[in-house]
Amino acid sequence: MAPNKQNRTLWGDAWRRLRKNKLAVCGFCWIAFMVLVALSADLWAPQLLGSPTFVDTTMTATMSKMPPSLQHPFGTDSLGRDELVRVIYGARVSLSVGVLAMSISLIIGLVLGTTAAYFGGVWDSIIMRATDIFMAFPYILFAIALLAALGPSFVNMFIAIGIIGWTAIARVIRSIILQVKESDYVSAARALGASDFRIIMRHVLPNSLAPVIVYATMSIGTAIISEAALSFLGLGIQPPTPSWGLMIAEAQQYLVVAPWLVLCPGLAILLTVLSFTLLGDGLRDAMDVKVTD
Amino acid sequence: MLAYIGKRILQFIPVFIGITLILFFFRAVIPGDPIKLLAGEKAMPDAIYEQIVKANHLDEPLYVQYGYYMNDLLHGDLGTSYQRKTPVIDIFAEKFPYTARLALCAILIEILIGISAGIVSAVKRYSFVDALVTVSTSILISVPVFWLGMLLQMFFGVFLKDATGGAFSLPISGAGGPISSYPTWMHYILPAVALASVSLAYTARVMRSQLLEVLNADYIRTARAKGLSRGAVIVKHALKNAMIPVITFIGIDFGVMMSSAILTETIFNWPGVGYEIFRAIGQRDWPIVMGGVILVVILIMLINLIIDVSYALFDPRIRYGKKAGDE
Repeated sequence: MAPNKQNRTLWGDAWRRLRKNKLAVCGFCWIAFMVLVALSADLWAPQLLGSPTFVDTTMTATMSKMPPSLQHPFGTDSLGRDELVRVIYGARVSLSVGVLAMSISLIIGLVLGTTAAYFGGVWDSIIMRATDIFMAFPYILFAIALLAALGPSFVNMFIAIGIIGWTAIARVIRSIILQVKESDYVSAARALGASDFRIIMRHVLPNSLAPVIVYATMSIGTAIISEAALSFLGLGIQPPTPSWGLMIAEAQQYLVVAPWLVLCPGLAILLTVLSFTLLGDGLRDAMDVKVTD
Repeated sequence: MLAYIGKRILQFIPVFIGITLILFFFRAVIPGDPIKLLAGEKAMPDAIYEQIVKANHLDEPLYVQYGYYMNDLLHGDLGTSYQRKTPVIDIFAEKFPYTARLALCAILIEILIGISAGIVSAVKRYSFVDALVTVSTSILISVPVFWLGMLLQMFFGVFLKDATGGAFSLPISGAGGPISSYPTWMHYILPAVALASVSLAYTARVMRSQLLEVLNADYIRTARAKGLSRGAVIVKHALKNAMIPVITFIGIDFGVMMSSAILTETIFNWPGVGYEIFRAIGQRDWPIVMGGVILVVILIMLINLIIDVSYALFDPRIRYGKKAGDE
């Protein structure tokens, strides 16, 4: 404990602990780097490396499956496009699907989890039975069926992944709120005549925030893996849009002659998901949250 | 105990009905006419089309179809595949052994490596081994299974074959059979490792955190104080109590592997349950999709029940069917 430090808040403490966790900092830096690269890609990537989607048919024969070189650091794919620029644009798809899917799960999970825990009774029974049913349904088959119903596209992809993720978040939020609900400050607020809505927004949710942040961070990583898997199966992002999972699927048949086409997008998935996992672990330890896997 | 088992089986009913409703919902909203898909490129004569539609009750409203399906289901009939014309139960009787054997191999790897890694890293907390386990489980959790599968194929099927001049390699696809040059058991190695990878990491993590929690308990300190060696305390007292959540996790995981090994099955060309359902969704072969999911869900529910009941048998503290105040 450093007595000379001022303004010691819950979040200040957590931040200080997080910064000491080297792995979490590495994860955070990699995520920041990827976000920066993905956001600024239009300004420099196509100029340096060529278009991520356009296929120059006159050059395809000579440019196809070139091994990594100075000019093409990750080599070129079977249609002669630079692999690095496709990995960079793939980051856009992965990161945005990750964040958007997480947001959808979070909104559904927050609303249903809060309703179940705060109002209890019949609401609780109905919502919890619904999570039982959804959790009993095989996860990946649910995603596949949902995408078959909606049709394969970028928007449907994050909707489908988001819809599947709500059960876990709803359960986490429900269990936290059940604890917070019994606390003295909530009773005090009720005694002072605060409305349900005000108590939830002003007292219950802010005190449930730490586990939600941890869970959300980790679920971005899970969503990115799900996106890659669904695109790999041909149900997600459609060509020519570069998506890491789709790029691996396209490169599968050249596994022996052009292994870098499988390695590069795979490493991109691994590093990005790993960063979210490490950051999530770091946040959990820093905010002293108990998350059961 | 019997009352508890009965209560649990009663709880299956709403979940079961919910699953069939979700399946019928998908059947209603997923576009594509399964009977038109039967003919492939050629157009089907109208008369034959009408006949097949009538035979499968596809001209009736959806709730009537649901009634027919549930009626058949309660009589143990999962229907007949549109595409293959064989009973769904026969198709899965052929597929289940493949998936079950693969899943068992994966679970075995998960138990051997996952649990021992978890124990070592908890016992030697903050050591180099602990850090190694933590980092490698984080990596394994973050690896896409299909990519790991390809790397395994590349290394053990191609690179190793070239490096040893063809003397040693592992089969990279299929479940064996008369034309394969490898003994059948070798076909299990790579897909089982790929399938086990993520679960293995979770098992190690759950094992580690549970054991750390138990090691802080008072009775562990008591056991140490009365002079038991550290090893004896861990084996006799700590592990017994730390295992329950680990076993729950592994049980659930077996269920997940039975239905969701689609990626592994795709990569390794494995004729399993998950892949069969996946393909049937593409062909809109609803009897296979619904029958497969229903069978898998029943299996998962039974496994969970068996695990919960076995706890009560092994752990005298767990008593189901009684309220906390009864004792």
